[in-house]
Amino acid sequence: MVPARPAPPKVLRRTRVRRSTLLGIGLVTLYLSVIVLIPLAAVAWHAAELGPAAIWRVVSSPDTRAALQLSLFSSLAVAAINAVVGTIIAWVLVRDTFPGKTMVNALIDLPFALPTIVAGLTLLALYGPKGAFGVNLAYTRAAVMLALLFVTLPFVVRSVQPVLMELEQDVEEAASALGAHGLTVFRRVVLPSLLPAIVSGAGLSFARAMGEFGSVVLISGNIPFKTQIAPVRIFALIESGDSAGAAALAVVLLLISFAVLLGLAFVQRWGRGGDEEA
Amino acid sequence: MKKTTAVLVLAALAAAALATLAACGGGGAKVALVAYSTPREAYAKLIPAFQKTSAGTGVEFTESYGSSGEQSRAVEAGLPADVVEFSLAPDMARLVKADLVDKSWDQNQYDGFVTRSVVVLVVRKDNPKGITTWADLTKPGVEVIEPNPFTSGGAKWNIMAAYGAQLQQGKSEQEAKAYLADLFKHVPVQDKSAREALQTFAGGKGDVLLSYENEAIAAQQAGEAVDYVVPDETILIENPLAVTKDAGSSPDAKAFYDFLYTQEAQAIFVSKGYRPVVDGVAGADGFPTPAKLFTITDLGGWDAVNAAFFAPDGSVMASIEQGLGISTQQ
Amino acid sequence: MRKRSKGPAAPISRGSGAGKYGLRTIALAYLALILVLPVGMVFYRTFENGLRPVLQALTDPMALHALYLTVVIAAIAVPLNTVFGVFCALLLVRRAFPGKRFLSVLVDVPFAVSPVVVGLSLVLVYGRTGWLGGWLAENGMRVIFAWPSMVLATIFVSLPFVVREVVPVLQEFGVEQDQAAHTLGATTWQTFWRITLPAIRGGVTYGVVLTTARALGEFGAVSIVSGKIAGQTSTLTVHVEERFQQFDLVGAYTSSLVLAVIALVIVLGMTLLRPKEAGS
Repeated sequence: MVPARPAPPKVLRRTRVRRSTLLGIGLVTLYLSVIVLIPLAAVAWHAAELGPAAIWRVVSSPDTRAALQLSLFSSLAVAAINAVVGTIIAWVLVRDTFPGKTMVNALIDLPFALPTIVAGLTLLALYGPKGAFGVNLAYTRAAVMLALLFVTLPFVVRSVQPVLMELEQDVEEAASALGAHGLTVFRRVVLPSLLPAIVSGAGLSFARAMGEFGSVVLISGNIPFKTQIAPVRIFALIESGDSAGAAALAVVLLLISFAVLLGLAFVQRWGRGGDEEA
Repeated sequence: MKKTTAVLVLAALAAAALATLAACGGGGAKVALVAYSTPREAYAKLIPAFQKTSAGTGVEFTESYGSSGEQSRAVEAGLPADVVEFSLAPDMARLVKADLVDKSWDQNQYDGFVTRSVVVLVVRKDNPKGITTWADLTKPGVEVIEPNPFTSGGAKWNIMAAYGAQLQQGKSEQEAKAYLADLFKHVPVQDKSAREALQTFAGGKGDVLLSYENEAIAAQQAGEAVDYVVPDETILIENPLAVTKDAGSSPDAKAFYDFLYTQEAQAIFVSKGYRPVVDGVAGADGFPTPAKLFTITDLGGWDAVNAAFFAPDGSVMASIEQGLGISTQQ
Repeated sequence: MRKRSKGPAAPISRGSGAGKYGLRTIALAYLALILVLPVGMVFYRTFENGLRPVLQALTDPMALHALYLTVVIAAIAVPLNTVFGVFCALLLVRRAFPGKRFLSVLVDVPFAVSPVVVGLSLVLVYGRTGWLGGWLAENGMRVIFAWPSMVLATIFVSLPFVVREVVPVLQEFGVEQDQAAHTLGATTWQTFWRITLPAIRGGVTYGVVLTTARALGEFGAVSIVSGKIAGQTSTLTVHVEERFQQFDLVGAYTSSLVLAVIALVIVLGMTLLRPKEAGS
């Protein structure tokens, strides 16, 4: 671990980075490099081999644009739905009581733990051509959405729950006593405190949805322009022998998600009102 | 301290696991077979049959199956392989270009192919919609399942069969291309691979599936309720086989390669639904002969066909897919 | 400390009764549709044809080897990510340095990378024509299409969880107790092991369980870098797909059931071990 050292005077902390911190950063960066950064750099390099004109051509081809659009649209929709329903579910789990609540609470994490291909298989079994309900959603945009909603379910719920639990209820009670309607109380008093958590959870939903592949492939049918989401498009490019083009699209997808996550990191900063170290 | 003991035990377990993993890779000379997905069942019988021969006694194998393109790319990226079999010749050509397979692979008396098949129309059991010809596919209300040609090698065979059939019927190139565009208007879903398209069809979607004869037979043998029609005009599918340069000097790999051309091996292929390349194999006459059978060479060979039909931009299929997109987005 | 009475689980006049039931209905209906029914289907479809096919599928040597491989890979990936996760969380919470936010986001990047891209990236680095491929081949080391690359892929996709879970807990805990211990003469290691770690144990446990779940369930990337060598490099998820493709639906669903059961065991572990969030 880090070598023992007496803590330097607090006033100097902000203007000097400690040696042990540098060592720590070095180790963390090393691990991240080996596991994440170098492989991703290889992808970017491979894309760069194409040259900017060719990269632009791949990224802006109608197929790719449509796939990107569908991915973005679906991921945003999924994030939005999760933001709303996830908050409701978190609310119900924290503030409500009903028989079986503990079990329901335990199930929320299942999508994290269930492999994506199993998710795809089960959704297919339920809502596909031979499904139990006679509803045939397979190979439609709805199918893509269903699969994405499944795998991103826990993000908002688990972000909001701890915050909701920590919330002091006296302000709500005061507002209620003063005659404010339930919804107004929620909107004016509770929501502002929950917003950073909701946004953070929604952002992670978005990122995960953009990258999702396993569960969607089985159910979406892969029709260009209709149901072919971007990760599948990447696969198609690889199959056609255009791995550099695939790399280019991958880099674009990554940059979009990275930008969203970075933006969220800034949003979280104001939400928490600034901490000393974090 | 309990915690230290726990950590030490875990570490010991981890070390043991790693050791077993390393052993899992398997020492000793084994013939590495890398093939596309459909002949898995065939090789399940071929390998034991080979091991019963004098040349094959004591020879061990590792096997890898996946979609043809993926497997070819995997070998190119370093997947160890001694004997390779693919669904179509361009996947072999990729390895020749990467200097992993000698360019004389197709110089044997069978042009390097080990099995054959034809493109067929797979229908529901007892063919309730009475689909028998290519023209039936474009009738109103008929749904055709066909994999995406940009992700599936099998899809390319299907498309060239459809195209070539039109030419055989006397149509012009223009009309044949128009037929393809029309055909794709009837395709509600394009799966990633040929096998997945078969799953989709078996799962209840669509009225007819374009696939290979041996896939249809495999489905039937697996108990799926499907039938198939061999249309009058269709393409001859030929599957390439080769020994890689790495394995070149290994006698076992070469022995297995030779074995696959024996009557016994070809008969096993036949039992799994493949048409043999060798003459006089038992059961071979069970396969119907289409009236007008043509090959990819008749259509210009894979290089020309890939460039004209399947290039990601500007090719026939690219325009058709984009045409579909524009009309469906309205 | 910020904790005040968190309020009883029963709501205090939060809008009309109808509103409360309305919310509950929405929540439960959504969960039933999106989550409970599909998972129930797995159980149903597995046992549709009786018990014997299931037992056969369970004892299939390929399935057993796949399960073994899955567990071993997770057993390597999870401890590594845990050590990294705790270390990185300590760095992010307790130290100041330029680019800290950037590092924090970087840790989240694996969430957003598609498995296809993970597979591609590893091939580009460790493949025959990749950056390290030549050197590895010359020295007889098999990384790609062998278990090391499968471990690397698994570490990649499960990397962020421990960090994400430990950071908020560590922030909550603060530094006062550590500083107190320090003043009393404890070494850094003693402080960490005796004071910090027990305090963040809940976060670490939750992170470990999530990491394990993700590692067990990874499919796309591992499938690409495994080379699909039968009986050697198939994990359970890859095995499920292969069974599905061979029309062996019972085999596919059975293996899915095994994965789902492991998942449920992990979920139950989480519920038992998670500190204040039992929600009951």
